[in-house]
Amino acid sequence: MKNDGDRYVLRARGLRKEYGNGEGMVRAVNEVSLDVVSGETVAVMGPSGCGKSTLLYLLGGLDRPTEGELWLAGQRIDQLSERALARLRRSTVGFVFQAFHLMEELTAAENVELPALLAGRSARWARQRASALLEQVGLADRATFLPSALSGGQRQRVAVARALVSEPQVVLADEPTGNLDSHATAEVLWLFEHLRKAGQTLVIVTHDPQIASTADRLITMRDGAFAAETRLTGDRTGNITALVGQARAYEQGA
Amino acid sequence: MGKIRLVARLVSRDLRRRPGPAVLLVLAITAATATLTLGLVLHGVTNQPYQQTRAATNGPDVIAQIDPWQEGGVRVQVGQARIAAEIRTLTHAPGVAGYSGPYPVASALLRVRGLTTGIEAEGRAEGRASIDQPEVVAGTWVRPGGIVLERTFAAALGVGIGNLVSVADRPYRVVGIAVTAAVLPYPNLCFAAYGGCAFDYVGSINLHPNPGLAWLTEPAARSLGSPRAPLSYFLNLKLTDPAAAPAFASRYAMPWPNSPVLAWQTLQAGSGLLVQDEQSVLSPGAWLAALLAAASVAVLAGGRMAERIRRIGLLKAVGATPGMVAVVLLAENVVLALVASATGLAIGWAAGPALASPGAALVGTPGAPALSLSIVGLVVAMAQVVALASVVVSAVRAARTSTVSALADAARRPRRHGTLIGLSRRMPVPLLIGTLLIARRPRRAVLSAASVAVTATGIVSVLAFHTSVRLRSATLSNGLENPVIGRDEQMLVVLTVVLVALATLNAICAAWTTVLDARHSSAVVRALGATPDQVTAGIAAAQVLPAVPGVLLGIPLGIALFDLAAQGAGMTVPTPWSLAAAALGALVGVAALAGIPARVGARRPVSPILQSETA
Repeated sequence: MKNDGDRYVLRARGLRKEYGNGEGMVRAVNEVSLDVVSGETVAVMGPSGCGKSTLLYLLGGLDRPTEGELWLAGQRIDQLSERALARLRRSTVGFVFQAFHLMEELTAAENVELPALLAGRSARWARQRASALLEQVGLADRATFLPSALSGGQRQRVAVARALVSEPQVVLADEPTGNLDSHATAEVLWLFEHLRKAGQTLVIVTHDPQIASTADRLITMRDGAFAAETRLTGDRTGNITALVGQARAYEQGA
Repeated sequence: MGKIRLVARLVSRDLRRRPGPAVLLVLAITAATATLTLGLVLHGVTNQPYQQTRAATNGPDVIAQIDPWQEGGVRVQVGQARIAAEIRTLTHAPGVAGYSGPYPVASALLRVRGLTTGIEAEGRAEGRASIDQPEVVAGTWVRPGGIVLERTFAAALGVGIGNLVSVADRPYRVVGIAVTAAVLPYPNLCFAAYGGCAFDYVGSINLHPNPGLAWLTEPAARSLGSPRAPLSYFLNLKLTDPAAAPAFASRYAMPWPNSPVLAWQTLQAGSGLLVQDEQSVLSPGAWLAALLAAASVAVLAGGRMAERIRRIGLLKAVGATPGMVAVVLLAENVVLALVASATGLAIGWAAGPALASPGAALVGTPGAPALSLSIVGLVVAMAQVVALASVVVSAVRAARTSTVSALADAARRPRRHGTLIGLSRRMPVPLLIGTLLIARRPRRAVLSAASVAVTATGIVSVLAFHTSVRLRSATLSNGLENPVIGRDEQMLVVLTVVLVALATLNAICAAWTTVLDARHSSAVVRALGATPDQVTAGIAAAQVLPAVPGVLLGIPLGIALFDLAAQGAGMTVPTPWSLAAAALGALVGVAALAGIPARVGARRPVSPILQSETA
């Protein structure tokens, strides 16, 4: 199967991820197929333990599927070596985690620079790019702060800037507002909306209907499989109430 | 009683749950305590064989080695009448119960199979002497045309019964091999600290400085004397009170300097010369091993710090006082240190006789060395200091940390070292990761550097010792095998193995601790695009970078340590190529050893770590 890299940033076919053996075997992701086109924002929702995060890690090449085929930026990745995956990841994928996963001993700017330096960019280039991104996420005045001196929302904005530093083709975000209060959530929501408008491809795993409502497409998962897929069109903020109601009802097992 | 039982239960459960670190800690401390025990017990282990030899040969209580030359600016030969008068004074002195001799002793050159060495040829009757009758261990006693050689000397020459040797160009057949308790065995016959050498070798003492002892018939020995090389004499005395021999020896010392009067106690101590070098190697070696063990323990403790802090929180949460928490933390290490002390003492005690075998010079074998209370105390104290030093920090934190923070605090927060982080930005990826890891835990880097410095110090002093041994064997032994050198080499191997084993343990523990500590950071950098190879190389770099100053520091320290151990015998500097090879080998070794746990750590999947841990 040949993928059109220009059109599809991500493609998955029959993706499965199993943990354990025999009776103790758990199927975290079960026969998932997915296409994400360039510039699209996809939100994945579902109850805890339904396999959302596992799917995201599979899509980003952080984990390997037990079965299935997976393409990232036009390249089949389910059979790539760890080294090749890492090289591909550094140029095509940016991750945003629920727990931020910032280096506590590095400043905000140094955290943002890190992926660029790992990708072999010059220190000067990395610094300039980090400054521009911190400016973009509204943290230019916090560049020299350690993560411990930043609020939750600010840390997540640093994490978003870090995800963008290598100009990735897709940003994969795992519960980006999961650890944030409402004010910080609003900050991050604003940022993702900004990225969407700028044409950045986004896959966001979330429990938050608010952030899901900003997506072009909403996928709901249950027991490792896709249970529903909704294309959100038209006014993204006008019909949010219905979407939120639907999502909540689903999460409660409706 | 209830509290003691509780502490015992907590200690035993913790040891059962995590046996690995406990075993490593015991191993590290045992290596140090065993080395220290060996260094301490070697003193005196040759006493028993000396006593057995003395009994078998009816050895003298005092021996006078009478030299015919009187030193005093110009060498003047002492007249026979004067020598006879001195001998009469000694044999008629109060407290003398009997004597044998004086036996004529001639300095001569012995040649066999192209080897030339000096000998002291003592003239003896063919019958048995009442005092100091050397114990023949092979062949027969002296007879005309035959020569009997002291056993260590014969072994060094490589000759046996029936071989033909030449003494002063006259042929003699080796008819016997014997041992005696009346003189120091080869190669220490002329050891200055025990009276000096009474003899000249036909004016060639500098060419043949390590003479051996041989017995000829009395006429044969006398025939070797000449006006240029007059005869010396051995006079063996038995005293009514053998314990008073040292006092007798000093009271009746010869009026001319090169003629020592030696008590049997002095000769007994001198028989330990063979192990003297071993002691001088083992004693500083033991302290180096202790330092390395301390580093191992500190690294192991650092690796368990997060878990310890959580344990402190749990204990406090269920009502333990800070004092009680400290006792729980300290008790475990006290127990492990006691186990390590006992094991180290047992190994040192058991290995002492093997390392201090008297060689061929004496009959019998060394008995088990005495473990005095002071030796046991010193070894136990060292083990306790090493073990407790690491846990004191945790105990202090136990007293200071609040219960809530202890429960919440998974690990000490990483430190920020701005300069290092700034430098890392300009480095290739593996060095960048390595430098960032060092910047997180600079104290661990300092500990690694110190550990490598101690190892390098030990290795360099061993090299210096090798160099000095080579110099000694080249200039002093006339091409003959020097038994002391062989024993030195054996001891150096033991010490090197102990140091390298401890250093290996340290390197693996330090790398593994870094892998565990950096598990989250490594997962993040891999998520950001670092390859497993880069992370592996980064962790190895985090070990190698501090090792570089450690090695560089260890070189002068090693030379200085050997100088100290050699007690000013002269600075010995190993050859530059051997130093370079040792330094490079140490760095490659650190990199290779760090690479093993780093590789294992870097192969772990990233996603479970990122999903289960928070920053």
